[in-house]
Amino acid sequence: MKILVCISNVPDTTSKINFAADNKEFDKNGVQFVINPWDEYALTRAIELKEAKGGSVTVINVGEADTEPNIRKALAIGADDAIRVNAHPKDAFFVAQQIAAVAKENNYDIILMGKESIDYNGSQVHNMVGELLSIPSVVPAFKLDMVDDTTARLEREIEGGKEVVEVKLPFVASAQQPMSEPRIPNMRGIMTARTKPLQVVEPTGAEAKSAYVNYSKPEKKGGVKMIDAENAGELITLLRNEAKVL
Amino acid sequence: MSVLVFVEGLNGEIKKSSLEAASYGNQVAKALGTSATAVAIGDVKEEALTQLGAQGISKVLFDGEQRLKQFVADAYVKVIAAAVQKEDAKVVVFSNSNIGASVGAKLAVRLNASLATNVTTLPKTEGAGFTVTRGVFSGKAFADVALTSDIKIVAIKKNSFDISSEGTGAATVESFSAGLTDADFALLPKETVMQDTSGGVLLQEAEVVVSGGRGLKGPENWHLIEDLAKELGAATACSKPVSDMDWRPHHEHVGQTGTTISPNLYIAVGISGAIQHLAGVNSSKVIVVINKDSEAPFFKAADYGIVGDAFEVVPKLIEAAKALDK
Ligand SMILES: Cc1cc2nc3c(=O)[nH]c(=O)nc-3n(C[C@H](O)[C@H](O)[C@H](O)COP(=O)(O)OP(=O)(O)OC[C@H]3O[C@@H](n4cnc5c(N)ncnc54)[C@H](O)[C@@H]3O)c2cc1C
Repeated sequence: MKILVCISNVPDTTSKINFAADNKEFDKNGVQFVINPWDEYALTRAIELKEAKGGSVTVINVGEADTEPNIRKALAIGADDAIRVNAHPKDAFFVAQQIAAVAKENNYDIILMGKESIDYNGSQVHNMVGELLSIPSVVPAFKLDMVDDTTARLEREIEGGKEVVEVKLPFVASAQQPMSEPRIPNMRGIMTARTKPLQVVEPTGAEAKSAYVNYSKPEKKGGVKMIDAENAGELITLLRNEAKVL
Repeated sequence: MSVLVFVEGLNGEIKKSSLEAASYGNQVAKALGTSATAVAIGDVKEEALTQLGAQGISKVLFDGEQRLKQFVADAYVKVIAAAVQKEDAKVVVFSNSNIGASVGAKLAVRLNASLATNVTTLPKTEGAGFTVTRGVFSGKAFADVALTSDIKIVAIKKNSFDISSEGTGAATVESFSAGLTDADFALLPKETVMQDTSGGVLLQEAEVVVSGGRGLKGPENWHLIEDLAKELGAATACSKPVSDMDWRPHHEHVGQTGTTISPNLYIAVGISGAIQHLAGVNSSKVIVVINKDSEAPFFKAADYGIVGDAFEVVPKLIEAAKALDK
């Protein structure tokens, strides 16, 4: 079974977010980048399936050279090889087209990625890739098992419940908790990752369909009003009469 | 040209988030000098749909095919794409729900359209442009995005827009079919399991959410959260370690790697306020924090706070909530 896992390179969850160039660009200064946490669920599940059934796990990232440390980290966690599409990820549609172009050449059985990226929070790429390849996308899945060599069984979250879906290979799925328990690379993984193949390919001529023109930050809160624990009931009155939310 | 709004149902009724989408769609239509039509699929009664008149929708296209009561992305996309064509829609409005975001992304590919999800403002349409603001970096920032294709699709963040009731008269419901075939239902779910929503409040749609963290010590104490939620008509949520330890089900977990919510009121009990937790709740309009540690970081993000032991404070809140007239 050939599995493709899409990873995005995002600011660590604890990062302070700032903008540069007159609020036109994200300021990378002092920001530590990590594999998107949702993608880690996808990556680990892919590796588990490979360990159980054989096959290979390829990771793909659409990004410039500065994403390579995290691609190597994915290799250290257990992916076999990697592809970097050498381009700035302009928008979800652009990224989806790059992934679809690579997937068309390689006939993957399963294409997995996180439910969303924690930087642009788009939740679009998985469905777009499925649509571009005319294969199903099961989104957002929290359980993925193979029924037999050609069929997978997934559980996905719907608002207020869950659905069980069976789907024939090939398909796209997005991952969320508790699909797997993300792994930390071990020493041996880190050593072997250095020599695993990381292929750099140039992007297709695809265009973006949206343009990020400006960034801003939420207004600061006015400060917290403290209520004495002895008179805790007073809070309910304030929520009704002052905040008007009850 | 026109504006098309996708309307989702749940248990026969229109979802609150779809009423928000309808109100939004009507406002966009007015700004563009056109009108808004809705397309409805799924688990919703026709009588409920006529009430969309209040949100300024005069016509609803409704495909009542039984199998559409379950979410089957391909079938949904086909119906909506046909409606876009029929109405010559240039703007399509979804709620940024699981279904809305999924269908929106597929539709964008099929129609060669621009898509923005998690949208928090009406579009700026000066000079034939179309720019919306969307939440990015998990609630830590906003981005203005210009949508450049002929057709624009927006999925609006839940609980970010008021439901208008300015419209008069009922909407007409037209039955609509996109000629779906069995092939469109290839991914019909084998099984659908709904949670016990006896409280009746869906976390993603809730106006008030009561949430518990590790400070509650164990699942046996969750009656405190549930009782307070019940009194306030709220949904319940929890922090990640709480669901990791199986004190609560995973779908209740909010935060960076859980569900993102933006209720009018979020009450956090025994939650420290780690940055990853805040990422999922920081766009709540009013945040209340109850924590026995006055140094808990959550207080910095709060509007109201009580320093105290949850086991003493919450029963007082339940008493006070009981005394409210509802
Ligand atoms: C990549 C990543 C993603 C993450 N994603 C999420 C996420 O999506 N959601 C999430 O919640 N976390 C997430 N986390 C975890 C997060 O960092 C915190 O560990 C977590 O939010 C802490 O949960 P807590 O506040 O319930 O527990 P704790 O941090 O242990 O806090 C418990 C709080 O309860 C208080 N307390 C104790 N007893 C009482 C009492 N009797 N009365 C009142 N207060 C009391 C304590 O003072 C303390 O502040 C993530 C972490 C990482 C690294």
